[in-house]
Amino acid sequence: MSQLITPVLALLLQAEQPTTRGGVIWQGIQHPDLSKFLVIAALLFIIGVAGVLTRRNIIVIFMSIELILNAANLNFIAFSRYLQDAGYPNAVAGQVFTVFIIVVAAAEAAIGLGIVIALYRNRETIFVDKIDLLKW
Amino acid sequence: MFLLQANTTALFSVGELQLLAPELILTVCACAVLVMEVVLPYKRGKLTGYFSLIAVALAGASLFAQWYANSYLLPLTGFYGMVRIDGFAIIFKAIFLIAAALSIAVSLRYLDIEGEQRGEFYALVLFATVGMMMLACGYDLIALYISLELMALTFYVLVAFTKRERRSNEAGMKYFLLGAFSSGILLYGMSLLFGVAGSTNLGDIAHKINEVLNAPPMLEGAPTPLRPMLLLGMIALAAGLFFKIAAVPFHMWAPDAYEGAPTPVTAFLSTGSKAASFALYMRIFIEALGGMRADWAPQLGLVAAITILVGNWAAVTQTNAKRLLAYSSISNAGYLLLGLVAGNTYGYVGIILYLLVYTLMNVGAFGVIIALHRRGIVGDRVDDMTGLAQKAPGMAAMMAIFMLSLGGLPLTGGFIGKYFLFGGLLQRGATEQKNWYYWLAVWAILNTVVSFYYYLRFVYAMYFREQPADNRPLALSPALNTALVVACIGVVFIGIYPQPFIHAAQALIGALAASGVVALR
Repeated sequence: MSQLITPVLALLLQAEQPTTRGGVIWQGIQHPDLSKFLVIAALLFIIGVAGVLTRRNIIVIFMSIELILNAANLNFIAFSRYLQDAGYPNAVAGQVFTVFIIVVAAAEAAIGLGIVIALYRNRETIFVDKIDLLKW
Repeated sequence: MFLLQANTTALFSVGELQLLAPELILTVCACAVLVMEVVLPYKRGKLTGYFSLIAVALAGASLFAQWYANSYLLPLTGFYGMVRIDGFAIIFKAIFLIAAALSIAVSLRYLDIEGEQRGEFYALVLFATVGMMMLACGYDLIALYISLELMALTFYVLVAFTKRERRSNEAGMKYFLLGAFSSGILLYGMSLLFGVAGSTNLGDIAHKINEVLNAPPMLEGAPTPLRPMLLLGMIALAAGLFFKIAAVPFHMWAPDAYEGAPTPVTAFLSTGSKAASFALYMRIFIEALGGMRADWAPQLGLVAAITILVGNWAAVTQTNAKRLLAYSSISNAGYLLLGLVAGNTYGYVGIILYLLVYTLMNVGAFGVIIALHRRGIVGDRVDDMTGLAQKAPGMAAMMAIFMLSLGGLPLTGGFIGKYFLFGGLLQRGATEQKNWYYWLAVWAILNTVVSFYYYLRFVYAMYFREQPADNRPLALSPALNTALVVACIGVVFIGIYPQPFIHAAQALIGALAASGVVALR
């Protein structure tokens, strides 16, 4: 996956492209550039979306949603750092945004688990395919 | 009243707080409601409801004062560009306050019947209103995200408010899962947008996007390097927002959440939350991404066309009135998107007018469903309307007016809104010389005809079926009656004499269409 995405992103962000495979890895270890973070964030996002769409346990779906939020967090921090170096002083807002996202995610988890408990008291299940009173 | 600009030395000046006066009033009153809930005995629980109505009225007065102090052609910014009070914000806030007031009025009696007359309900409604109002005036991705979550989180709780009701639990769960998921996608889009622009301020983003799009290509024929990332961000944002407004590929939560939620919450969710999501959509897509109109307008047109089709045809077979109105609300999201596709003054005025009328008629329709709800009777099937004309002629007449207005019959408010939405599309088609705008308008009008079938099913059940469903009296209360009458008068008044509303909407929204950011490409 990353083999497919990295060259594209590197091209987009005009990072210089080492010629050999070992060179790519070595350069990545030496200077983790923006594209690495973006790729990891994109992978987290995709894993999160896949988890939400395929899992049936509500708790696991929650975890997948947290992965999506963390993908956004990682993006924000990586961009913030990169853009500050590139001369955008306002880019520190990205890190501030991340703090807000973490706070909101905590509130969201509290509410979500509260609803799960209310649901479990009445239905004794946390599997989404058993929650089927409302259809079509 | 003087409203001060941001000053650079202090964190913020006291004068800037005036910009947020309506929100501050609502927040303080919502906290007071929480205290009252603890202090008052259970039997007096309703007092908190009346208190929150007063709170909404106070916030409305404060909003009116803001509007009166400044003729609203000049936007005011504060808190370092985080907040921007312009005509757009004012008019949307007015719509949210109307939705909140009507929803509180129709919920007073409903909660009594459900045995859930608790102050938290009203506090949550007020907090959700604060979130919506901040959505209308936020001008920074951080502020917009926080206010969106404030609104969404309170709605998750409100939808699952009747804890002992299984359907309410289930609706809350489904709404929560999909809502949180969509927030995540939205956030991912925001992060990419931030990466392109290097700032979270919408004005800076718009500026940077125009720079990116107009940058000379480095190689002959090569796209601008940041453009793919921008497109990806735009698509993620659009997907997240389609969830929030319940447009078609992402509409699955709406029927379940609307059916299972307590009916007053459904009323508030389908009007206030939808209007707020549209405010967010317009803020982001017109002000920040206005330069990319050529990219998002066709995509939006396609989604609107599918939304209108699916919403209307799925509603035809429904037997549950709340579920039917949920599908109707999906199709209405499609009509409202047409205003954005049109993207001219006509379209924006159409969105404002239609959202206003939609708020009135939808809360009204759900109000009638609430009146049918009694102890032991759910009253939310279309068949429960049978013989309502004999049992309660006034109620039946109002329901008929709401239904005809939802369908868009001339002389009702719904017609005026649809007229402007479709008219804006035709106008855009004429200026851009593109045929698909015309076809989209024709498509929307054809599907409107379908919608009359299911709206008229209510009228048929009420007027032309003999046997009343049951003979027990309706659960009326003064607040419910007042709300219904106000909504009905509003719908008819806007339908018969729309000029003042059109002029107000034009004056308030005109700045949006004329603002330099909106590149008419």
